Amino acid sequence: MRKSGKMVTVTAAILAAGVLALTGCQANANAGGDTAATKTESESKGTARSVQQIKDSGTIKIGVFSDKKPFGYVDENGAYQGYDVYFAERIGKDLGVEVEYVPVEAASRVEYLVTAKVDIILANFTVTKERAEQVDFALPYMKVALGVVSPDGALITEADQLNGKTLIVSKGTTAETYFTENQPEVKLLKFDQYSEAFNALLDGRGDALSTDNTEVLAWAIENNGFTVGIESLGSLDTIAPAVQKGNTELKDWLDNEIKTLGEEEFFHKNYEATLAPVYGEAADPENLVVEAGVVE
Amino acid sequence: MQDLGISVLFQGRNFVRLIEGLLITLRISFISVGISIFLGVLLGMLMSIKNPVIKAITRVYLEAVRIMPQLVLLFLVYFGVTKAFKVHLSGEVSAIIVFSIWGTAEMGDLVRGALASIPKHQYESGMAVGLTKLQIYLYIIIPQTIRHLIPLAINLITRMIKTTSLIALIGVVEVVKVGQQIIEAARLTEPSAALWIYGTIFLLYFLVCYPISLLSAKLEKIWQN
Repeated sequence: MRKSGKMVTVTAAILAAGVLALTGCQANANAGGDTAATKTESESKGTARSVQQIKDSGTIKIGVFSDKKPFGYVDENGAYQGYDVYFAERIGKDLGVEVEYVPVEAASRVEYLVTAKVDIILANFTVTKERAEQVDFALPYMKVALGVVSPDGALITEADQLNGKTLIVSKGTTAETYFTENQPEVKLLKFDQYSEAFNALLDGRGDALSTDNTEVLAWAIENNGFTVGIESLGSLDTIAPAVQKGNTELKDWLDNEIKTLGEEEFFHKNYEATLAPVYGEAADPENLVVEAGVVE
Repeated sequence: MQDLGISVLFQGRNFVRLIEGLLITLRISFISVGISIFLGVLLGMLMSIKNPVIKAITRVYLEAVRIMPQLVLLFLVYFGVTKAFKVHLSGEVSAIIVFSIWGTAEMGDLVRGALASIPKHQYESGMAVGLTKLQIYLYIIIPQTIRHLIPLAINLITRMIKTTSLIALIGVVEVVKVGQQIIEAARLTEPSAALWIYGTIFLLYFLVCYPISLLSAKLEKIWQN
């Protein structure tokens, strides 16, 4: 028995060594399999790249949404499209580099910048105080406010018309806070999910529905018989490109770029190319587009 | 609007993109499964050793990996490693590392369980007929362990394949993510696309996982004799 005990210990030691060696091999193999990616990435090492470094490398990495039409999405041919992507293409052109798109999710946008896995985030990124502590925002290129959609038969075009009526909102949205604080006369019908809220409007359980104007505009196009009577209400949120905290050089470059593009009304052209087909004639570009970073 | 949502599947490169996404899913899962089975067997044998230190270490590893959601592990490796060591890992490499860490832990525990389920008299009978230690393992213990292990391991493998849909969150565009991109791009023109695309993805997962369970059933049958 004692002998076999010894044998077990020896085997264990050999195995342990083996496991260590194997994990080592595995890491090496992984690194080998992805040399191209690791090579270019290792240069940046977690710190953001300067404009010169981006130019020298020949590619800029821009984080965009891949499933948020019409801001950032992938078309049926696998190409990135949308309002954010249109701008990203222009950034690439003006820097004289190729654009490498990195698909990001809403929740991980900040992390991508903190770890320098992308140079810029252009993913419908709303400027907030909390986020501004972790990343640096350049000048805005878009704005969102609340929109109110209602049935054509009883269209609501002024916020005052809502007094005494039932308004459908989603819990935790800006719409809920805005109406609770500013128009307590409006009866609110609250839902957990967007889809439930929109279905409630379809069923006639409320007189109107309010959420981000981009959302209601897109929804009204899909659903005949409903129109966005109020396109812009409440406090304006801006959407801007973001860079890693402290990467002032790239931020300044972006600020300049946005100002220069304002002279040729670039974002209106962008609107025509990407948002107009989705929001249709009904929407007014002035409610969404920000030119040269100036918000009135 | 009158079109069936299925037409979305054949617009442009959509179907090819789904297949490409599936190949990424398969590449990541099979590499991780391979690594997990190999390291898991070793880990399971380690865990069977009656040494308090080894037992404590393996136990902590197993429980830590089990308690932590795979998503947290993915974020830890993908973003955390960059923050802590300033090393950039691509999404795919991070995914393989995380799924190997998880798979090894789960596989190790399965192997430990299978080994523990072999009654002591099997070892003793072997010794009684004069077999060496190696022979006992080779001819008595390992074949029985494998037989116990197959259904459990298959379960783990299919679970790993399905869990890879999480890697979309670290920027790897696998089959489910491609599906969501297609659905979202067609949202306004083909609202019924979601049903067809998710139906197709369901079929693709089935086509991948079903042969694996067929194989396991066959192996079980062969080894029964």
